[in-house]
Amino acid sequence: MDAAVQPLSSAETVVRIEGLWSVFGKGSEAFAVHQDLDLTVRKGEMLALVGGSGTGKTVLLRQMLGLMHPARGSVTVLGRSAELMGGEGAASRVGMLFQHGALFSAFNVLDNIAFALNEQGTLPPDLVRDAAMVKLQMVGLKPEHATRMPADLSGGMIKRVALARALIMDPPLLLLDEPTAGLDPNGADEFCALVRELHAALGLTMVMVTHDLDTLFALATRVAVLADKKVIVTDVPSKVAQFDHPFVHDFFQGERGRRAMADLPTAAEEH
Amino acid sequence: MSDSSPRIDRADTPTGLCALPRGRWGAAELGTRAQWLALSAQLGALPADAGLAWDLRGLQWLDHVGAQLLWNHWGQAWPQRLELDPGQRAMLERVAGFTTVAPPPEPWRLADQVDRLGVLVLHGLDHARHLLVLVGQMLLDSLRLVRAPRRAPWRDVSGHLYRMGATALPITALVGFLIGVVLAYLMSLQLRQFGAEAFIVNILGISLIRELGPMLAAILVAGRSGSAITAQIGVMRVTEELDAMRVMGIPHGFRLVLPRALALALAMPLISVWTTLAALAGGMLAADLAMGISPAYFFHALPAAVGFGNLTLALSKSVVFGTLIALIGCHWGLRVKPNTQSLGEGTTASVVTSITMVIIVDALFAVAFKNVGF
Repeated sequence: MDAAVQPLSSAETVVRIEGLWSVFGKGSEAFAVHQDLDLTVRKGEMLALVGGSGTGKTVLLRQMLGLMHPARGSVTVLGRSAELMGGEGAASRVGMLFQHGALFSAFNVLDNIAFALNEQGTLPPDLVRDAAMVKLQMVGLKPEHATRMPADLSGGMIKRVALARALIMDPPLLLLDEPTAGLDPNGADEFCALVRELHAALGLTMVMVTHDLDTLFALATRVAVLADKKVIVTDVPSKVAQFDHPFVHDFFQGERGRRAMADLPTAAEEH
Repeated sequence: MSDSSPRIDRADTPTGLCALPRGRWGAAELGTRAQWLALSAQLGALPADAGLAWDLRGLQWLDHVGAQLLWNHWGQAWPQRLELDPGQRAMLERVAGFTTVAPPPEPWRLADQVDRLGVLVLHGLDHARHLLVLVGQMLLDSLRLVRAPRRAPWRDVSGHLYRMGATALPITALVGFLIGVVLAYLMSLQLRQFGAEAFIVNILGISLIRELGPMLAAILVAGRSGSAITAQIGVMRVTEELDAMRVMGIPHGFRLVLPRALALALAMPLISVWTTLAALAGGMLAADLAMGISPAYFFHALPAAVGFGNLTLALSKSVVFGTLIALIGCHWGLRVKPNTQSLGEGTTASVVTSITMVIIVDALFAVAFKNVGF
């Protein structure tokens, strides 16, 4: 598998995780979700994290965002320690699409999108408004949606607004937690197309957690499988599907897996 | 100024003046106050004629906010002479395509203000109606409770009794005790002038037992439990738990409102007695220290000074206060809309309304029962 990733290894590294231990609880109740986990994310790729529930996929995203701190090991994002991630200007370094959107329910759509720009307190309001309107339409929403409140949005629209909010300061790295969860198949396909469009247009590096094989094959250029508290394999989707491990076998060779794999050639052509 | 700060160089070319944006034109850099002020000064100093040429190829970084800034500076039109690389062109085209005209702010009109006042009044009436419905529903639920007491949510009642009643004891005792001490000291200064020290028992007895004890307890409980009730029920609205209950055919009134109202109606008189006792203890201590009125005399004189009617009045007042606080808390909780803003507003409104109502009802009691207990 190392040979397969060789051609890419010269590319710039965006996220580097080395010997990571993520531990919950204290003393005798402590248990590790990750043990000696290594992972690198290269510039411009769409890395999918897959794994059974409880294998710490979301925890890994939270580590990259600096929302959790490593018990041991290091997480480096864009050349600096992830623990410094949450400081000033974080929105221009990394964007996060939370699973349920995490929109600020007290603000309307436009204010949600413009939040990070407004918080800087420097740019004139009309420039901020224009910039937010551009992002709003880039994610496929219409100008008249700008004044709606999050409570009045459908699930698909919430995801789009959350995506626009994550991208307002054009961060080079975008993390997505279950981007298509809770969307109907049609909505999920549209959202995948949107993410792929943005990936191409903005040259983003993306890391996503997903359970959905259709999403995985539609988007991912590389797949990292989490099992046994480590990343057991990282490779292009078609090769990962052949990897010999009980989880990989169940995940890709199950009924849903085979259905999604039928589309695989089109997804693989992109590399 | 560092190399990556956004700025504009100028160059004189044979065909005219050319603006050369340099540095990083990103949201983070533009959002830094010093850099923004420097750049907007440079932008303002550029000649505003359309013949100015632009060459963006020297930029280290351009993002959508930077592109928006350029586009707005150009008056949302392409300059006649523009040099840029394909990536920048794509970004500017996106910005150009998606820039929309801001809707004009709504003009101030008297009619709108009148409308708004009307809406406010209707809102108030609606609240009153809902509260009335809630009271009526509670009476019906109480009948149901009397008819089938075994099916009532007794576990809830006991849980609320503990949380709203038992856990409120320390704070009410502390506040009551201190008020008693303060009151006794202030009174002692006045009474000593008339040599009427012994009347401290009457003053403390009547004021604390009849008025201050129940009021203090009710205000503390309104702040403590009224807000908790609203927040609990409001969060249930936000997380759709209320809808889940309704779908299962479990009425909110019987399952949520009644246990809380019942628990507070039971707990409130007890807390009120407890607060009164703490206040009397404080007053007794202060009277002893300040005027040498012994506790033995205090105990002896108190029953003669305070008629039995005062006790019944205080207890029945407290029952009404408790029920009111619970009902107002539930009222605001049930009307929370599924967002955080509304939850905060509901909790604030609940505490303010219940404290106001407690004071109003207390005044009504004072007027209606002015002949009782003397």
